[in-house]
Amino acid sequence: MIPELGQFALVLALLLSAAQAVFGLVGAHRGDARWMAVVRPAVAGQFVLVSFAMGVLIHAFVTFDFSVLYVASNSNSALPTFYRVSALWGAHEGSLLLWVWILASWTLAVAALSRNLPAGFASRVMGILGIVSLGFLLFTLYTSNPFTRLFPPAADGRDLNPVLQDPALAIHPPLLYMGYVGFAVAFAFACAAMLEGKLDQTWARWTRPWTTLAWCFLSVGIALGSWWAYYELGWGGYWFWDPVENASFMPWLVGTALIHSLAVTEKRGLFKSWTLLLAILAFSLSLLGTFLVRSGVLVSVHSFAADPARGFFILVFLVIMILGALILYAWRAPLLKSPAGFDGGSREAFLLYNNIALVLAALVVFIGTLAPLVNDALGLQAISVGPGWFSKSFPYLALALVVLVSVGIHSAWKRGRVGESGRRLIIGAVAALVIGLGFTLSVYGPGQWLSLVGVVFGCWVIVSSLFDPIDRWRRKLTLSRAVLGMTIAHMGFGVCVIAVSTVEAYTVERDVALAPGETVALGDYAYRFESLEPVEGPNYDGVRAKITVLRDGLAVSEIFPEKRNYWVQRSTMTEAGIDTRWNMDLFAALGEDLGANRWSFRAQLRPLINYVWLAAGLMALGGALAISDRRYRSRQQAASAAAHDTAAEAT
Amino acid sequence: MNRFILPVVIFVALAGVLYVGVRHSPNKSTMVSALLGKPVPTFELPVLGAPGRTIRSAEFAGQPWVLNVWGTWCVECRIEHEALLAIAREKRVPLVGLNWKDEDDAAQQWLATLGDPYVVTAVDKEGRTAIDFGVYGAPETFFIDAAGLVQYRHVGAMTAEVWEREFLSRLTTRGLP
Repeated sequence: MIPELGQFALVLALLLSAAQAVFGLVGAHRGDARWMAVVRPAVAGQFVLVSFAMGVLIHAFVTFDFSVLYVASNSNSALPTFYRVSALWGAHEGSLLLWVWILASWTLAVAALSRNLPAGFASRVMGILGIVSLGFLLFTLYTSNPFTRLFPPAADGRDLNPVLQDPALAIHPPLLYMGYVGFAVAFAFACAAMLEGKLDQTWARWTRPWTTLAWCFLSVGIALGSWWAYYELGWGGYWFWDPVENASFMPWLVGTALIHSLAVTEKRGLFKSWTLLLAILAFSLSLLGTFLVRSGVLVSVHSFAADPARGFFILVFLVIMILGALILYAWRAPLLKSPAGFDGGSREAFLLYNNIALVLAALVVFIGTLAPLVNDALGLQAISVGPGWFSKSFPYLALALVVLVSVGIHSAWKRGRVGESGRRLIIGAVAALVIGLGFTLSVYGPGQWLSLVGVVFGCWVIVSSLFDPIDRWRRKLTLSRAVLGMTIAHMGFGVCVIAVSTVEAYTVERDVALAPGETVALGDYAYRFESLEPVEGPNYDGVRAKITVLRDGLAVSEIFPEKRNYWVQRSTMTEAGIDTRWNMDLFAALGEDLGANRWSFRAQLRPLINYVWLAAGLMALGGALAISDRRYRSRQQAASAAAHDTAAEAT
Repeated sequence: MNRFILPVVIFVALAGVLYVGVRHSPNKSTMVSALLGKPVPTFELPVLGAPGRTIRSAEFAGQPWVLNVWGTWCVECRIEHEALLAIAREKRVPLVGLNWKDEDDAAQQWLATLGDPYVVTAVDKEGRTAIDFGVYGAPETFFIDAAGLVQYRHVGAMTAEVWEREFLSRLTTRGLP
């Protein structure tokens, strides 16, 4: 009975989302306050109902209700409680429910925090979000109902995919969805502005914190996924250009461009149509990502038996949303006027160049991801562009972006001035060259030229982004959270470039076969395979190797790579043994049993690898600081604060 | 042309590509490329319940046959079992079981209590043969024609409807020499 209540709640939520869309959009169009008054209660009701449905499904998981097909397919009586809850989003149906719930949460936040916005505008924003919610609720109920019953009930469940039985992967999807769905808010703001045919600096001020927040979640979500792949998949890599990874990376790249474009629109009233296009693109790519992952169009290790009906449904939804927004754009964007021009060396110009680099990077990923599909559509041989395509093109675009950031940081709004910024440019570049080369060559020795360039450029971003805060501090000026956040995020970007360059060039890696007592040399270190012992978990058993890490003959560490057999799904998972140090990871993964007591191992030293994820954390922290800036907090005084900030930024 | 219309044009082209992708995806989900129309992967495996005896894929040459991948640990295998028994009663085509990553005792117990639809069950404890077939989850069912070519793959529980639509139709058109 209880699961049926969950389904009923979803049906009611569907009706409310329709009401939200109709009363929000038509009410605003007619300027009818009574119609618009329906919207906020509809949003709140929808949130309550979808939360209830979530609760019902969690209840079914926790109480082992194997009469629910989704629970029987993704859970098991031996599954620990924590994973019984996270199993909710362990497969398609529950993921969609989570998607809908997160959208309902974002919409509720918009409803609560938009009381100071013009009533018509807020109503339109929530109306657009209502359409998105309507589409996803329909999708859930028609093709992917998580409450479908199984009769007769299963005696026990098929268990959660062992790949997902991991703390990082348990919280990775919600964070990722927070990012994806968060871009729906920016999308709704863009559509509402186009419907009104009015877009000013105040609009950008409203849109910015929402967009930045979504971007922060997406940054952390992607980093968590990458970290998980690193220690769980056993290959020791951290990024594979897998279609599913790319699906989350493309919105991130375009979202990064959007954040910067919004800054220009807010400060200078420029790039209006470009900002709108980016807002549409960021959410479109989020939807496209959902489509690629959920339709099974691209065969990936991530996608399980796919249902073409689902793919078709999302495609129709995709076309309605994106095509609608783009037609609206083609109609309204030409009407937007930019008040003033700018020099080729001004901050506006550099942000534009940055935007172009970011969008090109997204395009490179897009082409690499969809090329197999295009080939298929044209009836050509299925060819895979593979990692070669990405590794040949992406690093150069990233380095171009680094240069643009390092130089652009010193530029001023409106006009390109040399003087002071020229001196900073030279000091920064020289300092970066000395620090970067000195650090790399003394610690790691000569390597590939591309990675040397990467380290130097990464240092350049960090040094460059420090000039302004240090200058303000010395002149005893206040350092606003916005500036502090920007600095930290840019430093995070620099750290990321340094870490990736170093780990790509200086990783030491060997695949070896070892018997207990044997040793393999690895750079300055040696790994000694000591012993192998059985391990048993709640729903798996396996073996654990003990490896002593030696340096100059002295034991410095012990690592314990594992290989687990999950009973129910009969699949083998590796758990890498990792000793994380401040400057590197000592990494070992246990491979196959080669017989006669010998096992294959993958042994690696990965310098600075953890800084890749730390960098993502820094970027997200920077974004969070920027959102907490004073001027976003009191919305009543938006106009006066705007004047105040413009004065402050001019200094 | 107005440059603001360009995004619409690009998106329409993209939507066309995605549409073709969705239209083609049934082929992908029922049969991951490589095996369709190709010779059936060869195997020589122990026979369930007959210690010392092995069965080779070549023994079925010259007639159409069906391979069903199953395990006692698989919920949907339990669901499709009735359908398999009904198919076996038709006696139109030999149904061969591939017991995948299972315990022999449990598998024999299963067939003894629920009924045995298979003419013979091969034991694939290591899962190597399943890998050759590209199996990624039980149950899966393959249709192999008289020439020894794989003609169809069904992922998920077998039903009477799927049997009639996908397997029997192939039996009459392609299965007989």
